[in-house]
This record gives sequence, structure tokens and C-alpha cells, in this order.
Amino acid sequence: MKSLFALFGGLLVAATAMAQDVGPDVLVKTVTNEVLEIVRKDKDIQSGNTKKAIDLVEIKVLPHFNFTRMTQLAVARDWRQASAAQQKVLTDEFHVLLVRTYAKALTEYKNQTVVFKPFVLKAGETDVRVRTEIKQAGAGKNVELDYWLEKSPSGWKVYDIEVGGISLITNYRESFASEVRNSGIDGLIKSLQAKNKSGEATSVKK
Amino acid sequence: MKTTLPARIKSLTAAIAAIGLLAGCASSGNPKDPIEGFNRAMFAFNEGLDAAIVKPVAKGYDAVLPSPVKTGVTNFFSNIEDLFVGVNNLLQGKVPEAVSDLGRVVINSTVGILGLIDFASDAGLEKHDEDFGQTFGRWGVGNGAYVVIPVFGPRTARDTVGLVLDIAADPVANHNPERTRDLALVLRFVNDRANLLPADKVIEEAALDKYSYMRDAYLQRRRNLIHDGNPPREVEADSGSTDRPLTAEAGVVGPQAESAPAPAMLVARTQPPEAK
Repeated sequence: MKSLFALFGGLLVAATAMAQDVGPDVLVKTVTNEVLEIVRKDKDIQSGNTKKAIDLVEIKVLPHFNFTRMTQLAVARDWRQASAAQQKVLTDEFHVLLVRTYAKALTEYKNQTVVFKPFVLKAGETDVRVRTEIKQAGAGKNVELDYWLEKSPSGWKVYDIEVGGISLITNYRESFASEVRNSGIDGLIKSLQAKNKSGEATSVKK
Repeated sequence: MKTTLPARIKSLTAAIAAIGLLAGCASSGNPKDPIEGFNRAMFAFNEGLDAAIVKPVAKGYDAVLPSPVKTGVTNFFSNIEDLFVGVNNLLQGKVPEAVSDLGRVVINSTVGILGLIDFASDAGLEKHDEDFGQTFGRWGVGNGAYVVIPVFGPRTARDTVGLVLDIAADPVANHNPERTRDLALVLRFVNDRANLLPADKVIEEAALDKYSYMRDAYLQRRRNLIHDGNPPREVEADSGSTDRPLTAEAGVVGPQAESAPAPAMLVARTQPPEAK
């Protein structure tokens, strides 16, 4: 009996340790496959239901993203001049924008397959790139889709995504910087909010 | 009237460069984009052209043709392009890649029925993406100013020169008789646009300001291509901080820095990659 408890206890510990220790490549692979599995079966998402795609992203993908880091990277140097409250609003608005973009991309999904490139985690590494490639079903070139992850106490977190060498995060730097230059941090917040509002309107119309 | 297309493009780019210089006076301060005023106007022109003509045609094409036909068209032009990709790989000293490109052309032109089927990719010969702009970049030529060209869209000064050579060397643009050439050029253009249709909505969703979103994406993409997918990571600006390096900082700090791009950024953009 005692040994049975010990066994259960051991299993529990092992399971928690697993969640913490899932390698970055395994994490990317598991989440990608899970999400694609759902999209493949979901006719609503395939026919452009952004709202449903957003829910899927929020539940499956978001727990593995570090939005504060992403926002910090996009706002770059101006981040330091933002107050804590402004940083919070910026992060929230950028979060909405990214999720909506990600969801939109999912609704465009058409039978592409994802190939996971070989990955080796070197001892002690805490900042890595996991490479994948989207294979188009028929015509069209393959697209590289890479994830940058960093190790955190609660497992690996994605902080940047690169599509064909274009970072979806740092691509905002110049336009964010010019917003801040022209109308300050609050100006940037305003235009993000306006952008998200207009996006909301179109996704409701759909 | 023999083909004067490359010549026409040449005079066109010269004209653009001239206008660009004039427009340079009224500019905004981004060191990578000194003729932003002119570029924004051209971008608006291209967007208008796309919305009015190109996109509707591409949509019709996409809706009417069955998928295998579109794949065939894409593969056919891709096969012609491979020859030219191989030449550029050779010019960059990447001999194994050039040999592989040649192998692709041989396999796809024969077994793949004049390039309609891409057997080479299935056989493990990967498709490469090269052009003269990348070759110059590889040789250490810097970007130069960003410029938006009518119809062709975003380029850098270096890639504009590359584009002139690309067109001069393009087997399709040099094809005779002219009627089949023009037809082929239009078909390729429409097919390329149709392949990009899915990206449209995502970009609309993502971009705060579409002009700068497209510009910065283009610049990142070219940098990545020149380094064959492995660009050096931008130098760590302030060590000890958790920030990812910020090479874009130079354009952000203030008026005095705007006229003088940070040396680090120039280095990052012009440095030839290390040989593999």
C-alpha cells in the first residue's frame, strides 16, 4: 500500500516536472499540432470566423507567449519612458492586435503542413530559435516560420515569431517609434486602440 | 521593334532615381527611408493600381483556374527562374547550391514535363531564392535608400540596380516573339499576385500603418535572404539588459541622430556574411 502511494506520488512529481521541462522544440510542435488539428476540423474557422479563431488562440497558444517581452521589444527604447500604467495598457493593446493577426492567419489556413526542423538544445541555453517550415499544398513557395523562446520559471515562452525572416514583433518598431515621436506614448496607445476597434468592427461584420 | 523592355525599365528607374533625389529634400527623418514622401506617394499609386486592376484580375484567376493548373503555372515559371537562381548562386561562390539549381532545371525540364511538375523538390533538391540584388548584398554592397517603384513595389537602391539586371537576364522578358512574351509576363505577374492573396488580409489586420509595415518587412526579408536565412543577430546594444538588441534605436532618439545613422546599423546592413 505504502509503495503504491509512493508510486502515485512519484508519478505526480514526474508529471509536474514534465510540464516545466518540456523542451522548446517539443512545446512548439505540440502546440502547433494541437491547433492545426482543431482548425482542420473546424469549418467555421476555415470559412473565416475570426471570433472562433481568436478563442482558439487565446486558449491554446497564449499561455506560451510572453506578451510583456514582446511589447517591450516592439516599443524598444521608448519603453523606458512609459510609466508602469502605460506599459500595461500598451501590452494589453498589443496583445489584442497580435492575437487578432494570428487568428486571421489561421482562418487563411488551407491544407498546409508544418515541418519541424531538427533542433538540439545545448546545455545551459535559455534563449533559442525553433525553426519550422510551412509547406504549401499546391503552388507557392514554402515559408519559414521560426519561434524565439526564452526559458522562464514556468517553462519556455515565445517572445518573437519570424515569418520568412520577418520578425512580427520588431517589424512594428519603426512605426511605433514614429508614433511616439509625433504624439508621445499616449499617442501610440491611442492609435493601437483605434486599430483594435476597427479590427473588432470588421470581425463582427464577418 | 525588337525587345526594348530592359531598356525601358532602365530609363524608368533612372527617372525614379532623379525624382527620388528631388523629393529627398522633403523627407521625414528615417535614415533608411530618406525619400519617404515620394515613396508614400508611389506606394499609394501601387495600392490604387492593385485595388483597381491587379487584385481583381488575380482573384478572378484564382477563382476560375483549378488548383493543379495554378500549381503548373507556378512551377513552370519557377523552373525558368531556377536557371537564373543558379547563376546568382555561382556569382556568390555557392557552388554546391548552383549545382543543385542546375540539377533542378534538368530534372524538372525533362521528367517534370517542361517544368510543370516540381519533381526535384520531392527528390530533395531544395528550391533557392536568389537574385542580383542579393548577389550584390553578398558582395558587401549596402542597401542604400529605400525606394518604392511603380508596379514593382518596394526595393532598395541596391535592389533596384539588381532588378534592372534581373529583367535584362530574365528569359521570359527576353523571349521572342513579343506576343507570347507579353502574355507570359502578364500570366506570371497575375499568378504571383494570386499566390499572395491569402497574405493580404493578415497584413491589413496586423499593420498600424501599412506603408511602414510593408517597408520594414521588405527590409527585414531582404536582409534574411542575403544571409540565406541566418542573418547575424543584431549586436547586443546594452549588455546586461534583457532587451533584444535595438539597432533601430538610431532613428528613434532625436533630430540630431536622424541625419546620422548609427555606425552599428550600417555595419549590420552592409557587412558581407561569413562564408559558410
